[in-house]
Amino acid sequence: MDNPNLAIADSNRQERETIVVRFAGDSGDGIQIIGGQLGLASALEGNDLATFPDYPSEVRAPTGSTFGVWAYQLHFGGRPIKTVGVEPDMLVALHPAALKTNLPLLRKGGIVLVDIGSFTKRNLKKAGYESSPLEDENLKDYQVFSPDMSKLTLESVAAIDLSKKDSLRSKNFWALGMVFWMFDRSLVNTCDWLRAKFIKTPLLADGNIAALKAGHAFGETIEASGDMAGYVVPSIVMESGVYRSVTGSETIAWGLAAAAELAERQLVFASYPITPSTPVLHHLAKLKDLGVVTFQAEDEIAAMGAAIGAAWAGAFGATASSGPGIALKQEAIALAVSAELPVVVVNTQRAGPSTGLPTKTEQSDLYQAVFGRHGDAPIPVLAARSPQDCFDCAIDAARIALTYMTPVILLTDGFIANASGPWQVPDMDALPKIDVRNHIETEGFHPMQRNPETLARVWPVPGTPGLEHRIGGIEKDFETGHISYDPKNHQKMTDIRSKKIDVISQLLAPLEVDLGEEGADVAVVTWGSTYGPASRAVTEMQANGHSVAHVHLRYLYPFAPNQHELMSTFKRILVPEMNTGQLITLMRNQLCPPVTGLSKITGRPFLIREIRAAILTELEAVK
Amino acid sequence: MKSNVDNAKPTVADFTSDQEVRWCPGCGDYSILKAVRKTMAEAGVLRENTVVISGIGCAARFPYYVDCYGFHTIHGRAPTIATGALLANPDLDVWIATGDGDALSIGGNHMMHILRRNVNCNIVLFNNAIYGLTKGQYSPTSRQNTISPSSPVGSLDSPLNATHLALGSGARFVARAVDNQQVQLASILKAAHEHKGASFVEVFQNCHVFNDHVFADFTARDKVADNQIQIENGEKLLYGSEKEKGLRLDPDTLELVACAAGEGVLRHNSTSRTLAMTLADMDAGRPVATGVLYNNPAPVYQNAVHEQIAMAKRRRKTRTIQDVMNEGYTWKV
Repeated sequence: MDNPNLAIADSNRQERETIVVRFAGDSGDGIQIIGGQLGLASALEGNDLATFPDYPSEVRAPTGSTFGVWAYQLHFGGRPIKTVGVEPDMLVALHPAALKTNLPLLRKGGIVLVDIGSFTKRNLKKAGYESSPLEDENLKDYQVFSPDMSKLTLESVAAIDLSKKDSLRSKNFWALGMVFWMFDRSLVNTCDWLRAKFIKTPLLADGNIAALKAGHAFGETIEASGDMAGYVVPSIVMESGVYRSVTGSETIAWGLAAAAELAERQLVFASYPITPSTPVLHHLAKLKDLGVVTFQAEDEIAAMGAAIGAAWAGAFGATASSGPGIALKQEAIALAVSAELPVVVVNTQRAGPSTGLPTKTEQSDLYQAVFGRHGDAPIPVLAARSPQDCFDCAIDAARIALTYMTPVILLTDGFIANASGPWQVPDMDALPKIDVRNHIETEGFHPMQRNPETLARVWPVPGTPGLEHRIGGIEKDFETGHISYDPKNHQKMTDIRSKKIDVISQLLAPLEVDLGEEGADVAVVTWGSTYGPASRAVTEMQANGHSVAHVHLRYLYPFAPNQHELMSTFKRILVPEMNTGQLITLMRNQLCPPVTGLSKITGRPFLIREIRAAILTELEAVK
Repeated sequence: MKSNVDNAKPTVADFTSDQEVRWCPGCGDYSILKAVRKTMAEAGVLRENTVVISGIGCAARFPYYVDCYGFHTIHGRAPTIATGALLANPDLDVWIATGDGDALSIGGNHMMHILRRNVNCNIVLFNNAIYGLTKGQYSPTSRQNTISPSSPVGSLDSPLNATHLALGSGARFVARAVDNQQVQLASILKAAHEHKGASFVEVFQNCHVFNDHVFADFTARDKVADNQIQIENGEKLLYGSEKEKGLRLDPDTLELVACAAGEGVLRHNSTSRTLAMTLADMDAGRPVATGVLYNNPAPVYQNAVHEQIAMAKRRRKTRTIQDVMNEGYTWKV
């Protein structure tokens, strides 16, 4: 008890550059909690990492059912980690259904930790096993550890005054203890975390800590018996700074709040609950003391309307949703185009069409974002590539919206929203302010006055004396701001709205090659969460001596000013997308070298090897 | 909105914009416009704090004709835009001009929610029981068997009772007026404007192009006395040219029934939602009730939102987004 750090570095341990662990169990098994603890422990060991919870849409499906299995995957290692990894090295399955649904993902030869105590006839039947998979050929390709975790957990906490139910609930920490031994993680931090978490119910902390240590001790007995020595993972040198673990939902929320602070405007965030976008609303609702107004609207349209109304009244208006909700917002977004009002619309994309696979990820709303409105209603579209990148993208989207008086769509996806990784906490003082002022000059005022350089409309805010005016969705006269049905004026105003996009394009940060060199034989061009697997695939191909580059786009509409120039240097271009080729369509609007698409629409991220195979095909084509 | 008062009292002309009014000559909308401008001038509000927001339809042209801030938005969504504007600036004095299609059909959901939230604003429903701007289709308040281009042999839908919808949604101020009863209309709008919270005023408005005389059975000069009852809080429910008729409650059916002025006539109590519901229900054989049916103020939504923020600020005085990001579990490299 006095020295919880029982881990001793062992020379017999095998070294692995990176490790992928997958935990699986029922929704009530605390899978996400132990996954998070392994993540923190790994970060503290100096690893980079990425995590992703994989959960069904059912809130609490019947226990032990295959369709109710929750999983949490974690990839950590001694190099920059850009994906949550494929083919886990270790699967922790807390009951038969968790084993049944997750075993196919496991690397051949990988480690399986199961709780034999949960392999009752009833649970086996629920999982669809006719007999125990531990007793037949099912697991012959893996290293299987099958202690009676339930029983061992009960024994480990026997000295603590807990009910049987509470005692058994520590089983997840027993499993975590075993995993900590396997990868040589320190127990100290998790023990501290448990004590803080259960500060009001210290017996629960004691129970979980006892189970954690018992699981760890079980690992040591394996080691002592000579069956296996566990692994070590080298650390990586990270840039110095303060780090924390974040999900994409948190960084979107904080990015919007940070943008409001940089612009010295009140954030009015209006949203309607929809998976997987809702957590953004939850995170912002906790920031009332920063002056953030959150509004849970009656529907998606109302959320968009409220964001626009707030912007019209001088606030920084924002909303978030997913594809089906964005479809409902589009009419109002076009009003914001016409009235030239700054709002940020976040689309946490999910697999569609319609309800589709609401908890699974996809990148199939790019057409919707760029083309999905009535009339000529162009707006800037950006996409974030990772949970960490969401913060910067949210500020970038806000800066564009407020500077140019335009709605902006920021695309993320279900993967980015729920995935987590270590994030260097930014220094707000180092971020440039967003300098956008209310219009107050009454001399010569009309509501469609604009800055001749940025083409941004003035922002005359209700409450300002002398600037009373009317505005709306009817076409407005360029010279006076009054409603106008004049044909020439409509042409002019349509041209201005389009020109504004050109102006924005010229001022965007130039596109750079992320990996490799300009002029490579093949460039892999990605957007959104495809960044991770593509980056890794390109790194691996480069290590094999291939002429491959990786270019990642944040700006999807308009493109960065030098995109055409950069693309023209490559011989061939490969665009992996979790859709049927939407970025390719946009890229083909510019002259560029031959572009090949790689589509994946399974609700799951790309595997690195899938992208590698496609790169090889492109390299063949260059020859 | 008593806070929004100018010391030098403005005139109706101050609230008249330079835009030519484009409604059909003779439209009932003109008298509503006149009454709203009058209400603003008499209340002495500041033009810069006054806002008119509308959706789509004939009524939605309203903002262009009032010299204050105005936003002509999209069909049915004016309540959402108004809510957003009031979340950003709770002190704005917001009017919503809407029609029966805008408020009750395409925007029915938003109407329900702005009322139940009790967002402080004045909602004026121009009910002409027809779609005017799209040239005369039947609307959600059209009576059954309305002949229109989209219902050449008569509409089948039961009409919606707008006042019922408002009361059922939890509105705290619900009134009915008639476009050509200018004195009553102005006094109702004044009360609506003074009420803190969402005020809902249904104005029976004549569209003489597509639905002429649709409300004539209780608004025509020779019908008003017998077929309309103009109610006042605390006053007896009397009508007829000599106020010789009244309404009493039938204890067996819980219905208002016509009676002679002396026979136990009920007094109007505008804080009773039950009475307001019953009054709103009357048609066919009983007089149509106009006036302030219900007026029972409750806390204002946008104020409560900002009170929560103020309370959070008092509790955690100096937190910034930087602090938020540094909170919780962090580690140094």
